[in-house]
Amino acid sequence: MTTVETAIGTAKTMVLNMGPQHPSTHGVLRVLLELDGENIVNAIPDIGYLHTGIEKSCEDKTYSQAITLTDRMDYLNPLGNNLVYCLAVEKLLGLEVPKRAQYIRVMMVELQRISSHLVWLGTHALDMGAMSVMLYCFREREEILKIFERFAGQRMMTSYIRIGGLAVDPPAGWREMVKRFVDMMPARIDEYEQLLTGNQIWMGRLKGVGYLSPEELIDLSTTGPGLRAAGIPYDNRKMFPYSSYEEFDFDVPTRTESDCFARYLVRVAEMRESVKIVRQAMDKITDDGPIKADAPGIVPPQREKMKTEMEALIYHFKIFTEGFSPPAGEAFVTVESPRGELGCFIASDGSPKPLRVHFRGPSFVNLQALPFMVDGELIADSVACIGTIDIVLGEVDR
Amino acid sequence: MTQVAKESAGVVVERLRAWNPNAVSQVIEYRGQTTIVVPHEFLRAIALECKTNPSLQFNMLSDATCVDRFPVEPRFELNYQLVSIPRVQRISLRTSVSGQQPVVDSLMPVWKGANWLEREIFDLFGVRFEGHTDLRRILLPDEFEGAPLRRDFPVEGKR
Repeated sequence: MTTVETAIGTAKTMVLNMGPQHPSTHGVLRVLLELDGENIVNAIPDIGYLHTGIEKSCEDKTYSQAITLTDRMDYLNPLGNNLVYCLAVEKLLGLEVPKRAQYIRVMMVELQRISSHLVWLGTHALDMGAMSVMLYCFREREEILKIFERFAGQRMMTSYIRIGGLAVDPPAGWREMVKRFVDMMPARIDEYEQLLTGNQIWMGRLKGVGYLSPEELIDLSTTGPGLRAAGIPYDNRKMFPYSSYEEFDFDVPTRTESDCFARYLVRVAEMRESVKIVRQAMDKITDDGPIKADAPGIVPPQREKMKTEMEALIYHFKIFTEGFSPPAGEAFVTVESPRGELGCFIASDGSPKPLRVHFRGPSFVNLQALPFMVDGELIADSVACIGTIDIVLGEVDR
Repeated sequence: MTQVAKESAGVVVERLRAWNPNAVSQVIEYRGQTTIVVPHEFLRAIALECKTNPSLQFNMLSDATCVDRFPVEPRFELNYQLVSIPRVQRISLRTSVSGQQPVVDSLMPVWKGANWLEREIFDLFGVRFEGHTDLRRILLPDEFEGAPLRRDFPVEGKR
């Protein structure tokens, strides 16, 4: 115990180390908590335990090679990471993606959003002491991962979205598979809500915890469900539409309480909206049509063409050896990831490798709000706050 | 939609020029994205103007990042992405600092959210931010030597 001078006079505080190996920190987050008894006086997040230098590695790869690295940042949202990176490169190139590919992209990232929110809900309920919800959530997430496996051959690190379109055509029977999922999902979301929304313990742990005013949240650059739970309908899909989101009919759920419970309600409502979007996307996706832009030298040619056309073979060789060179310039693109505004900044110097790739990770930026959120709260509430910020350490540290 | 955004991006430049004729040194239009290049000594004042001017209202700092143009001088290019939520608009601010003295005014007094974004740039590029209240390494350990995202730092690391 040490004695320190605080604003209210001399007080005894204790510094408690939480993490990096702590189940409720969702990875390797370390927080130094300064405590006055049971109350938090100050919280200092310490990050970087998972820093892998993805941004530096991108500089040493060609534009198409770097896609596989993006999967590994926010490992609950690999398709969203692929999308923002590809959108940025496509902006540099001035490349237009076929509508069919855009709709499939939308469908995939919305499924990804549901799966990410399911992991969040399951693990957060686990943190709060509700064990069974996790089993329900992971059951449905498994269905989504099976869909991804059929589409891309991979459950998590899909790299399905590529520069100029998609990796492969959707598999046979995809429509039935996705339809079965979207038909099932609304009832399953009701099930989670029955377990949690009216639950006295759940409400007791979350209501009124971690309040921050909307002005403060904007000042701290918080985005995503955290900001929408404070009544600000800021959603990149609506405000700065990309990948044809302007053609979809959906709502942006908001609450005004700005506490942990409101963030929970916003995420659950978002899952329902995502189901709506997936349904609309399914109607828009035609059975035939291109999934890649017609851009020789950038998009790899079809295998059949390579067997008959010399140019196609040359392009194929060039793309996979030296890559392609976008014109010099900078592009900044944002998408709405499950956690908030995911941005990608690419600077090109006209060479086949990017000069600089930077990712604006919503987890990284949102985590700044933690010390303000837990100020004066109980130790147990810090777990609720870390949980509802919904961080993925792979993206925080990159 | 994009047409509207383009017109209003011009408005931002006009307002800033009206506020101080020396504020804008260059305007870059690239694929529908407007980047306003500003002298680094005006950076904080311009950021504050962007935030507080009732006809601009850039109330959120979305992102800040650095580009190393080594061996070109001034080698560091700082890019700030501003968002106006009420006016549904984005704009980029850019300023350059030299490699000999990589110091620039911190935007923390304008947006608290600049805190970690600037710490990240400090950590990975070694650019110092004047007026930042908590300028420490953020991702790398304190004992790490060098700034790994500089272009003259080898990709495989120093051994």
